[in-house]
Amino acid sequence: MSRLLFEKHSQNRASWLPELDGSEKEALKKIPQELLRKKEPSLPSLSELDVVRHFTGLSQKNFCVDANFYPLGSCTMKYNPKALDSIAASTAFSQIHPYQDEGDVQGALRVLYETQELLSEITGMDEFTLQPAAGAHGEFCGLLMASAYHRANKQKKTQVLIPDSAHGTNPASAALCGYEVVQVLTNAKGHVDVNDLKKKLSDRTACLMMTNPNTLGLFEEEILEIAQAVHRAGGLLYYDGANMNALVGICRPGDMGFDIVHINLHKTFAVPHGSGGPGSGPVGVKKELIPFLPRPRILKESGRFTFEKNAPRSIGKLRSYYGNFGAIIRSYAYIKALGKEGLSAVSENAILNANYLKARLKKMFDVSHEGFCMHEFVLSARTQKKKGVKALDIAKRLLDFGVYAPTIYFPLIVEEALMVEPTETESKETLDAFVKILEDIEKEIDQDPQKVLDAPHTTPVFRIDEVQAARHPNLRFRSS
Amino acid sequence: MDYISNTNADKAEMLKVIGARSFADLISNIPSSLKKVELKISPGISELELDRHMDEIGHANKNFKYSVSYLGAGNYDHFFPAVVDRLALRGEFITAYTPYQGEASQGTLQTMYEYQSLICELTAMDASNASMYDGASSLAEAALLALRSGERKKILIPVTIHPEYREVVRTYLSFLDAEIVEIPMKNCVADLEALSKAAGEDVAAILVQQPNFFGALEDTQRIGEIAKKSGALFVACVNPVSLGVLAPPGEYGADIAVGEGQPLGNPVSYGGPHFGFFTVKDALLRKIPGRISGMTVDKIGRRAFVLTLQAREQHIRREKATSNICTNQALCALKGAIYVSLLGKEGIKKLALLNVSKARKTHDRLLKIKGVHPVSNAPFFNEFALRIDKDTQKLKENLKKNNILGPLALENFYPEMKSTYLFAVTEKRTDADLGALAAAIEDTP
Amino acid sequence: MTDLSNLRFAPTHEWVSLNGKIATVGISDHAQKEISDVVFIELPKPGRVLKQKESAMIVESVKAAFDIYAPLSGRVTEVNEKLKDHPELVNQSPTADGWLYRMECSDPKEFDSLLSAHDYDGVKESSH
Repeated sequence: MSRLLFEKHSQNRASWLPELDGSEKEALKKIPQELLRKKEPSLPSLSELDVVRHFTGLSQKNFCVDANFYPLGSCTMKYNPKALDSIAASTAFSQIHPYQDEGDVQGALRVLYETQELLSEITGMDEFTLQPAAGAHGEFCGLLMASAYHRANKQKKTQVLIPDSAHGTNPASAALCGYEVVQVLTNAKGHVDVNDLKKKLSDRTACLMMTNPNTLGLFEEEILEIAQAVHRAGGLLYYDGANMNALVGICRPGDMGFDIVHINLHKTFAVPHGSGGPGSGPVGVKKELIPFLPRPRILKESGRFTFEKNAPRSIGKLRSYYGNFGAIIRSYAYIKALGKEGLSAVSENAILNANYLKARLKKMFDVSHEGFCMHEFVLSARTQKKKGVKALDIAKRLLDFGVYAPTIYFPLIVEEALMVEPTETESKETLDAFVKILEDIEKEIDQDPQKVLDAPHTTPVFRIDEVQAARHPNLRFRSS
Repeated sequence: MDYISNTNADKAEMLKVIGARSFADLISNIPSSLKKVELKISPGISELELDRHMDEIGHANKNFKYSVSYLGAGNYDHFFPAVVDRLALRGEFITAYTPYQGEASQGTLQTMYEYQSLICELTAMDASNASMYDGASSLAEAALLALRSGERKKILIPVTIHPEYREVVRTYLSFLDAEIVEIPMKNCVADLEALSKAAGEDVAAILVQQPNFFGALEDTQRIGEIAKKSGALFVACVNPVSLGVLAPPGEYGADIAVGEGQPLGNPVSYGGPHFGFFTVKDALLRKIPGRISGMTVDKIGRRAFVLTLQAREQHIRREKATSNICTNQALCALKGAIYVSLLGKEGIKKLALLNVSKARKTHDRLLKIKGVHPVSNAPFFNEFALRIDKDTQKLKENLKKNNILGPLALENFYPEMKSTYLFAVTEKRTDADLGALAAAIEDTP
Repeated sequence: MTDLSNLRFAPTHEWVSLNGKIATVGISDHAQKEISDVVFIELPKPGRVLKQKESAMIVESVKAAFDIYAPLSGRVTEVNEKLKDHPELVNQSPTADGWLYRMECSDPKEFDSLLSAHDYDGVKESSH
């Protein structure tokens, strides 16, 4: 049984801190009794060696990109270059305080400013804010700016249009801004149904939130027409940048007519996923929206970097300080290192790898749509379901072969969906091995389906009782 | 630099299998007008050149490893033992994905559960999520939770709460049907008379920061009573290191306790990434935003951990979700958990006391200087404000000459507080540091 | 299995049994099968006034949350407290021990507009 920190005991006098010299007794007297802690926290007591063993052992139970292939659609699990980790952790960038005088942190401000410029160039937007801490945070930021923009123009907007294939954060973010969500249908070709869109557009539309390519991995070919329709209705066009990995260097959302763009640095721009964060969700806008950007903006004046002092129409702040600097600097370094050709190579190879896998997997699985895809594609395990094995079972069996499963059951509009995104950093060899594994699983479905239904068999734990976890939540250790 | 693994031969072979003549075929459906773009970005560079480039930029930063910092205001210069980064930056943690497939993520899920447990112990609250973006947004999320809970629409916010945090709360609430009422301060703490008057039956939540922005300690017991009387939720935003010696929110009746987790093992890094913690009493368990790891069993009865209570979250409830938050700040919370483990029961107390004694020593020594005056007689933890009636520009120069960063000029946040500075003193500050600081101030005319 | 002949059904899969002015509400066997393992139930507060077809409460499974609609208009008088610790009752006995809440109807005539068990059987596959 995996033991918790609290269930282990050894000596810990925190000798990595200097000893107290007795002066704390007098100092403590200056704090009223009632403000002092009565009951000590029941923290574990473990020696340094035991702490190291504990966490090292836990780390060894994880899958990770460094060790495993992760064809997770919509997540862009590309290789995280180690050079970026070193840069972010270096003293020059990690031991600086956000309230130091501008003159003392020109290096940090330069990184922020130049990242804003680079992202603007890559996406075809006019200016970026690096403040949002994640994609969902960026969405919220974008919608707040849209709201502020409409309010400043004295327009009463109450609805946000979202395709039915969209990611879950979109509707949740819209609700936070007080908007009603209206769904736009996807047509049989897998694209936004432009006729349905035009029917649902009105003078109440604040914006249409979409991604391109969409969650089916298909480029929205009618995007220019969509942009025109939305603008004519007085709405803004918002780009969810989750799928930016397909477009880098090929085309830009700004050129398509998007007014607001959010980018996930932990997807396209190589910031590691960190087991679930920290990420970073910068937001880019066209110039009409610049006055509404969160404050403070970072400007360059006479060769010097500085914070904007007055921004009366800014939406305010979404978090303390300026953004996830440690993540941003990684992406800055990544973009500098790749340069123009390197950036183009990202999308080219991402699209090539995805199409190769799609071509090879077509025989085994139903594909959501025929033809070429962009950086990801969606399969349906419909045929396998008829034999009694679902997408979930296949995902679990893949774990036994050391491959993290593709995204399952998303997008919601495809039955038994498996969304596959190999990314550009994987080799053909890895892709071929993945195909072979799926072929082996397919054989098992025919000859020994129970093996798939009972999977995984080789992971530290087998299928987990999620029902019990939700019915009787045990969310922390209690020392009886 | 490039990180592409495929050879040209591989690519040619792949195109053949796909049935395309060239890469251009694969994107032929993109309107040609869009594909005409040529990025105006300089060519790529090698890792060697990148290293040099970043070094050059880094030199333009003055860092506090080689200067003495008295800056705080939410991010503090604490010492973290080497073990924290060694463990947290292991590839198995840093390049792992969100633990949706529980069987492949037991390491992450257990550390999340342990983090949740540790934070609950520190704050004396019942349940915690797996972390949020930062202290400011956690405070805003607490306000959102209070507003979602019923008909009440007012949030009371003392001006002694960090100005950026107050701004974030305002931004989060800007398009919702809600009203923010600011409570004035007296003696650098919340004016309890004003708070009591404003605490009516239309108040959804009363927020307080402990220690507050000025480092001063609020009368949290009394504020808790005011909240209880009016039926409002009591939200405390606290410094986690202070909980080694100060009463935790659970002991003074807070319904929700949030705060900035940076002091727990996370480098300041110019303001981020860090994590915000979010804890509640059991009654609010189902309303907690963000990810949560729960303990359960696998199908043969072995202990296992899994993301749970997911039906609250954005990817399921969509527009009815408890929040739009998708990610947590897993790696930052992990550093926090490792750091707190290294502190242990004795260490958290020792750490807090080192901060208390050094701050008190610094405070008392500086008050001996002519021209230095207190602005409040409120008790404090490791941060305090002082008025220094000296030439502002010359003071700045003297501090710089002595390689000192800070203290923070409060006039930038509270325009009426001229010549007033905020000093943060952590366990890292030595007697020599104090000597240099005192000299720099004394020598200023 | 409970005698369903006294129950009426809404096309949204709720059942109602009427006793004078007091209606007992639950979800059908078909609904609980669709939801699968119920993990949490957010019951309406006693005293709450509901309009027919309004979302009255939520039933959660591990992966989804489902709106449960008011089959009639009225005021909530009582909720099934047992469901707090035993949400699985809704799966095990949806039309008996797994009842959700009771309400005092403001317009008992609405009951007649609901489907009989037989008619519900016919439509249940098509909706939802």
